[in-house]
This record gives sequence, C-alpha cells and structure tokens, in this order.
Amino acid sequence: MINLELPKKLEALRGMAHQVANEVFRPIARKYDLAEHAVPVELEMLAAVMDGMDQGGGAAAGAGAGAGAAQAKETSEGGVRNGANMATVAGITELCWGDVGLLLSMPRQGLGNAAIAAVATPEQRERFKGCWAAMAITEPGAGSDSAAIRTTATRDGDDYVLNGEKIYVTAGGRCDTVVVWATLDPNQGRAAIKSFVVPKDTPGIEVVRLDHKLGIRASDTATIMLTDCRVPKENLLGTPEIEPDKGFAGVMQTFDNTRPMVAGMAVGVAQAALDRTREILEQVGVKMDYKRPLFSVSAAQAELYRMEADLEAARLLTLRAAWMADNRKPNSKEASISKAKAGRVANAITLRCVELCAAVGYTETELLEKWSRDSKILDIFEGTQQIQQLIIARRLLGKGSDQLR
Amino acid sequence: MANDPIGMTLSVLNRIAGSEAAERLGLRKPIERFAYQATRTGFAAAGAAARQFKAVQKLLQPERLPRPESVPDLFDLTETEQQQMFRETLRSFADEVMRPAAHEADIACAAPEALLASFTELGITQFAVPEALGGAATEQSPVTNVLIAEDLARGDMGLAVAALAPIGVANALVRWGSADQQAKYLPAFAGTNPPLAAIAINEPRALFDPGAMACRASAKGDGFVLNGVKSLVPLGQSADFFLVAAELDTKGPQVFFVRPDLPGVTVTPEPAMGLRAASTCSLHFADTPLQAEDLLGERVGACDFEEMIDLSRILWCALALGTGQAVLDYVIPYCNDRIAFGEPITHRQSVAFMIANLAIELDGMRLLTYRAASRAEQGLPFHREAYLARVFCAEKAMEIGTNGVQLLGGHGFVKEHPVERWYRDLRVIGLAEGGVMA
Repeated sequence: MINLELPKKLEALRGMAHQVANEVFRPIARKYDLAEHAVPVELEMLAAVMDGMDQGGGAAAGAGAGAGAAQAKETSEGGVRNGANMATVAGITELCWGDVGLLLSMPRQGLGNAAIAAVATPEQRERFKGCWAAMAITEPGAGSDSAAIRTTATRDGDDYVLNGEKIYVTAGGRCDTVVVWATLDPNQGRAAIKSFVVPKDTPGIEVVRLDHKLGIRASDTATIMLTDCRVPKENLLGTPEIEPDKGFAGVMQTFDNTRPMVAGMAVGVAQAALDRTREILEQVGVKMDYKRPLFSVSAAQAELYRMEADLEAARLLTLRAAWMADNRKPNSKEASISKAKAGRVANAITLRCVELCAAVGYTETELLEKWSRDSKILDIFEGTQQIQQLIIARRLLGKGSDQLR
Repeated sequence: MANDPIGMTLSVLNRIAGSEAAERLGLRKPIERFAYQATRTGFAAAGAAARQFKAVQKLLQPERLPRPESVPDLFDLTETEQQQMFRETLRSFADEVMRPAAHEADIACAAPEALLASFTELGITQFAVPEALGGAATEQSPVTNVLIAEDLARGDMGLAVAALAPIGVANALVRWGSADQQAKYLPAFAGTNPPLAAIAINEPRALFDPGAMACRASAKGDGFVLNGVKSLVPLGQSADFFLVAAELDTKGPQVFFVRPDLPGVTVTPEPAMGLRAASTCSLHFADTPLQAEDLLGERVGACDFEEMIDLSRILWCALALGTGQAVLDYVIPYCNDRIAFGEPITHRQSVAFMIANLAIELDGMRLLTYRAASRAEQGLPFHREAYLARVFCAEKAMEIGTNGVQLLGGHGFVKEHPVERWYRDLRVIGLAEGGVMA
C-alpha cells in the first residue's frame, strides 16, 4: 500500500540521530573546519557508545557511515520491509544535518568497512572485525574511470605484492586499515580489478600527504603510497579469478548501497542550510506559510519554496532507493537517480542559502558558508553528477559503456 | 481488432473480465452489469442540456467515505491489488483508445462522445460513489485517483480531463455534499449515463490566486446572487451542472451548484493552447439567482476550500506525471533510432543526459505527488505537501514538455509526432486551478 511516511520505529531512530547531530556534531563543527587535520577526539566517545549499540543489534549493515543507524530492528509487514538500508539512510541524513565531515570521521565506520561487510567471507569478517577501514580507489590518473586503475597486485607465493599511488582516501590518515583497489593484470581491464584489505602496520604502505580542501575539512583525505606492500592472499575480497563478465560488476555493486547513503548526506546538509535560512529570513519578515501562489509572494519566499520542493524530491528519491535495496529489488538506476538529484540540489540549495542570507551567510559567524563548501563533494564522490547521468541514461536507453561513452 | 473506440473498449473490457484479478476482487459483476446495460441502451449520447436530478432515496445523513482501515506503518511503494488491476485496464485504455483519438480530439476541441461512453463502461466512476448510493466505493482513495489520472494522461491529458472532471465533482459531493445533495446527484454518477459536470475555480486574471477570487456571491432572500467569470472550465458546453467557487460576501470562498440554463449564465467556448480535448469554456454569471440548497454542503464553510484546491492540484500533478511519462516513453525509442553523424544520437551525452534528467525529475514529481495523496488518504495534514508538489511539478512538467520537443528537433515541432501536443498540455500544470479533483 502506497505510503511515503517513515515508520514510527525509524522516527525514533531519527530523533536519536538528530540529538547526536545537535549535541555532539554542531558544537564542534566550526572548530574542526578551522583546525583542519586535527583529530576530532570527541568522536571516540561517540563511537564507543555506538559500538555498544552495535553489540545489541547484530552485524553492521555495510553503511560505511551508518553510525549505528543500521542497527534498528527491521520492520516488515506483508512481505514488505523497511530494513537496514532505510534505517541507515534516515540516520545519515540526520547526522549530516549536524556535520558531514564529522560523520565521515566516525571511527570504525569507513567506506572500507562497507566493502568488507558487503563481500567478505565469514572468516574475513571475523579477522577484520573492529577495524577502521578506509577505501582507496582513486589514483592520480584514474578518477571516475576506475577501470583505468594502475595500482598492481602481483601474486608471489601465498602473498600479493601491491605497488601504486592512491589519492583522496577518506579517513586515510586516521584509519587502521585500507581497502585497496588494484589490478591483477593491467591489460585485462575491469575484470582484473580486485580489492585487498591492507592493515596500516603492513610494511610498504605509507601515508605521504593529507590534502587541504574546500570543505568537509573535519574529515582527513590522504594520499597513500604502496611500495612492495605484501599482504597474505587471504586478504583479497571476493574471488581471486579474473572473470571477464562479472568481476567488476561485483565491485561496483557496493555503490548501489552506498550511493543512496551519499544522497542522504546531501539531503541532511541541505536541510540544515534551509532550516537555518528560514530562521534568518524570518527575522527580516520572510515567512513560509504555503498560502499564496509562487508568483504572489516575495522572490525570497518563492525561492524557499522551490528549494524545499527540490529537497523533498531528493529525500523521497533517496528513501525509494533504500526501500528497493531493503526489498531486494535491483536499484542501480534508482540509486544513481537519488545521488544525482540529491547531490546537485544540495549544492544548489546550500549556495543559494548563503546568497539569500547575504553577509550573514557568507561570514564564519554562521555555518551556512561552511555547509555550502561541504556540499560540493557530495556531487563528486561515489560517482560524480556526470557519472550518475551516464549510468541512468545507459539503463534507460539500453546502451552499453561502449556505445554511450 | 476493431478500430473504433467502442470496439477497442470492448476488447479491453473483455480481457479484464477474463482476468483472475477481476474474479478475486469481485469486479466481474459490475463489469457484466455495464456490458449488459451498454447493449440495452446503446452508446447513447450523454446528457441533454437540461437534465434534471431527483433524489430517489432519502439519506438521513451524508455518506462520507472512511479512511483506509489500517495503513501498515511502513514506507512502501507497492500498489494494492485493486490499484494494479485498475492500472492494467487504464493503460490498455490509454494506449488503445485514448492515444489514437488524441490528435483528432485536439483539433476538434472535443472528446468523442463514444470515447467518454467507453470510459464509463470501465466502471471507474463507480468507485467514486459510496456503496449506499449505488456505487462501489468503500473508502477514500486519493492515491487511486492519482494513479488513474496518471495512466489516463499517459494516453492524453485533454481527454483525461474530460473523463475525470465529473469524477472530481462526485469526489467533492462525497466529501462535502449534504445528505440531500448526495441523494440527488450521486446515484446518477454511479449509473451508466453519469452526469457531465466540472469544478470551476480558475478566473481570467494574471497572477490568479484562488485565495482572492473576483467571482462573488451575495446572500439575497433565502438564496444567493452570483456574479463573475470563470475560466478554463472543462466540458463547458456539454456539462449538466458546475460546482462554482465564489467569495460569499465576507464569509470567504464557498462552492455552489450552478446549472447552465439558469438566468444570467453564459457559457462560451474558450479554446486554449492545450487541453483542447477537454472543451475548455468560460462561464459568465450576471446576477445569476441561486437557491439556498445550491450551496455545497448547504452550510457556509461546509466545503473546506483549501482542501478542494489541494486535492485539485494533486490531481493536476498526477496528470503531469502521465503526460511526462508519455514524453519519456516516446523520446527513448525515437532518439535511439535517430541516426546523425553515423550513429544513434543517444550515443551523445548531450542527448543522453537530457533524457536522464527527464527521468530524474519525473521520478521526483511522482514521489512528491504520491506522498501528498497518501497523506490526504490517511487523514494526515497534506497542505504543505500538496503545495510543494505543485511548485515542483509546475516547473519540471514544462521542462519535460519543452525538452520532449527539443529531443525530436524539427520533427518535434510538427504535428506528425505527439510531443508538440504534450508541450502545449504540460504548460497548464503551472496555472491550473479546479477543473478536476482527487
């Protein structure tokens, strides 16, 4: 039965996440934006609390940044489920209303954790339990085109030897483990790309640089060098064989789950900006009452309505993608739709909010200018706007990557 | 298969009658009843101008439809079995009956009577009328209304409005009509020859705001006197009656039953850039006398006018979804087949991304509309959601319309393809008020 309201159980979880956002993230958001690369020690306490919640609720859902949200008990009726994906998206959205950068810095909630949760064997899952795993995909010469990865993994006895350079590794400095994408054979394209779990204390892996960024400055972004870095063959995630048909698809499937989560982040930060802008504009007499047609209210008020409508569309598209994942419906197109819509509207909304609030929005006395810097990455990582559109268009048109390039 | 609308409808009906779903849902009887009565009466032209309505039964109190009994506490996009069956039927009707008739109807500025009669055959109108008044409705169903409008508008928006305008009036009667008004009109809506009627709210004024109408009613004796102009009213020249919104003295907007044969009423065809199959007309009222019982609900404030506006806008959003989907479904094969510079134009990102964006925004429109409707259905506040759905659909529907033409280039500009009609129809979403209602 068609119903687009969150179930009450998730409302409770959302309330909890909102409190964390409001009481823990917001008060320190500016501090770590200014002190880039300083470790947000406050998060250790929070992570411990959330680990406790995890113990009570079973396995992590591969949220990457779920921050305990995924541990809500599943709700289902008549075969329809509102499960871990929806809970995670709902939780992330609220937490990012607090701060995106801090969410990405939550210990033991890295994107690498999501990859491990998604594809690890029970033995691997046990062995890597409790780790904080970052994800290393991008290289200086391979951004969106992840098939162009040049980091190599060479079999040597019972080990793989990794060599290459990885950039833009979120939490790469603070994590204790990195999931590295590398190719078994650069001549065999996508199918040869595999992921490897590399503990940071392995000889040959080195953090060589932390980036200075436009936004999400609370989150560290590292460059990592792999020089004859040797890991046991048991650290390869998935199958070691090169299967031309499905090898890469398996790696890419993680994105069907993580893209709605990034969309949730975008919805959260945009909601923060819109909420604050409403408050600030009310002080100068602009109030939203949803009474008169768009063209009979002030331009500022009309802009608020447009932004809210866009944001609600993004939120519902995100929930739909999560709902499909929970109900085992293939959601690759819908995941990309949610990410494309949420990524671009979040960026547009946060920027417009700064403009509407004028100098109040632009200066560091408010968080509005920070949110408008933070939001930009959400239209870039986990697949840029343009990559999402390629995926959506290929699905709609029935085209392969060789036709619609 | 027969090529005329009636033949096609019968073929659609036949398929439904044979389906297992019809058996499960107990719909075979209504379908058979319609088939029988259609044969008996023939596909008679509906409604002579001065059709009279008489209550054949007495209601002690108005029949209001209850909300759905239990709504699972779950985010869910799964249609009910009944909704799935409606959709299957209406999609066939839209594809096989409406779409082929759309071009001619657009030129003629009228929906073929046979097509409207065929629509009646489907029995959809019955589901707007409570069982106690001869219909098949057991609960409120704004979501189902939205799905119906979406599927019909995929066939053609103008024809969909012509078919749905009377159902909107029935919905208003169920929601706000007095017991006597319901007894007088609603059984006719459940019959084989339902009245033609429409809700009239829009007015010919720039920046029109339904919260500040120029059309006025004044109390006079036991009744009222009506003055003013209404615009873009569907079925204008064939309607048996209208529900007309007007400001009543200082008592705010009220809604009145107005027959076209009353003194001072002038109905004038008002062809517009689109929605032409809906036969849009203007209504002029010059000191038109109304009786006390012509006030909807027979009590000042009985009709929640804001809710009427919201339910109307939700249905226009639903119509936008259907026509938007028609655009998407049309441009995909067209652009895949269109070769330029040695390959399909969809191999170019500039074309492919336009289509991707069309799908992205259409899905956003759909979810905003469904949410507003589902909140209405559950009795939750839905004004904000309806407002936002309207804001979003108004902008994105036109974007889809204009890009639909753009993607076909010069071929989109000529009438050999339907995208230019969809372009004209989709323009109305930003300015429509009344006419239809969920």
